[in-house]
Formats: sequence, structure tokens, C-alpha cells
Amino acid sequence: MALNPDFVGRVYPPGPSYVVAREKIREFAAAIGDANPVSHDVSAARAFGYADVVAPPTFAVVLSLQASGAVIRDPELGLDYSRVVHGEQRFEYRRPIVAGDELVVSTTIESIRTTAGNDMITTRGDITTVEGEPVATTRALLVARGPEEA
Amino acid sequence: MAPRLADVEVGAELPSQSFTITRADLVRYAGASGDFNVIHWNERVATAVGLPDVIAHGMLTMALAGRVVTDWLDDPAALLEYGVRFTRPVIVPDDDAGAEITVSASVSAIDDDGTARIALTATFDGATVLGKAQAVVRLS
Repeated sequence: MALNPDFVGRVYPPGPSYVVAREKIREFAAAIGDANPVSHDVSAARAFGYADVVAPPTFAVVLSLQASGAVIRDPELGLDYSRVVHGEQRFEYRRPIVAGDELVVSTTIESIRTTAGNDMITTRGDITTVEGEPVATTRALLVARGPEEA
Repeated sequence: MAPRLADVEVGAELPSQSFTITRADLVRYAGASGDFNVIHWNERVATAVGLPDVIAHGMLTMALAGRVVTDWLDDPAALLEYGVRFTRPVIVPDDDAGAEITVSASVSAIDDDGTARIALTATFDGATVLGKAQAVVRLS
């Protein structure tokens, strides 16, 4: 079933804030095999002028994935998540995410298209500090495969 | 030493890297990222939805490919943009060898504002798995 194009432009306001923990950054960096000292060693991060360890760039998806749950589970939108594959991911950075940041994500539906029975939805996540400082923007293209795909 | 704008030219290659992904790596990434989609750890469910086997998180492949860029840069703030398309799944067998991804990258453009574009190529099993993979970096 095609998604309703009227949902384009809909904004899902931030949920509870996300406090970035030093150990979470180390855990994420280890999971992607990233040995960059700025993600593990506080003194290495401080040498670059950061207050604490710095998250690898794709760490931003941890926040945007959590926030996009509001879109995925919106019963009015009716996205069948069991048919969803991740088609595309983009990040724009204003600055790296650093341990100690308290962040919120506002999620906007940027586009909805239906091509050859597949629904394609692009969501944008605007990541800011709780004080409103922009940190990063994420864009995810989700493709919901049509049930009768040949 | 961070690369300097004056020393970088279009076509310059970044050091390429190969990465091995095993099932254990998928479990570790699932826990670290919060992405517990079953197709990344359960062969029964993966094959039931038409996949040949368990597949790697696209975001893990993207993260590994990104290391080629961030290892080349020095200051993490130099990365301004990073984007990819997921064009083909990386199949991760239930063995100790896992899946091997090779990532190469080169400077595709240098802009007047001191930024450079890096084009990335990630291959698995002889085919590319990322499309339009590109990073924008600021060089001093």
C-alpha cells in the first residue's frame, strides 16, 4: 500500500534527551574497529581542543535511529517495517559529537515516493544540543519493498 | 600529520584498507549501535525474508569505509559530510573467516573554499556494495 504523501513535512519533536557517555563512545569505536586515540583517550581528545573523547562520525546514527522510531511506529503513516531496507544514509556535521553532550533529535519526513510498488521515504534528523546548538543533520532513505515485487 | 590542502591534488589516493566482518562483529555492532534487526544475526529469519544468509548492517560497512577517511584526516572536525547508498548486501557466513571488504578512496574534487571531495569504493566478493559514497573534508 502506498504511503500517504500528505505526511511530507511532518515533524516529530524530540523525545527525551540523549546524554553521550564516554564509555558508549569507546564501545562504539571498538565495535567498528576504530583505534583513533581521540575516541578512546581523553588526553588525545583534549590535545585537539575537545572536552572529552570524540565519537566516530557514524555514531550520529545511534541517535537518529532511536528518534526515527517515532516515524516507523506512527500508525497513521502505516510503514511496514518488516519490509524496510536501508537504501541510503547521509550525514552533515557542524561539529563532532563529544562525550558529555546532551543532545536531542527532531525528525522530519522530507519526501515520500512510490516507484514500481516500492515506498521510499526520506527522513531527516536534526541533532542539536538541549541548548539548541546545531551538531549534525542525518538523512536516511528507507525503502519498503512492495508485497508483490516480481 | 594531517594532509594539507596545498599538498593534495585531484586523483590522489588515500591509503586503502581491508576489513573482516565476522558474526561476532555483527553482534558487537548491534549492541553498540542499538540496531538489533534480526537479519543481522539470525540466519533462520534472514533466509525466511529471502536473503542468502545473515547480512552485515549497512551502517557497519559505512562506518568501516569511513575509517579510510578519518584515519587519513587528523582532526575529526575536518569531516563535514559523509554519505553512501547501500547497493548490495554484505553476506556474513557462520564461520571464522567472515566477510572481507576492501575500501579504496581518492580525492575527486578540490573546491575553492578549502574543501575536498573524497570518492570511496567498497568491494565485497568482487562487487561494489556502496554507491555514490562520498565524503567532504576541510583541509587547512
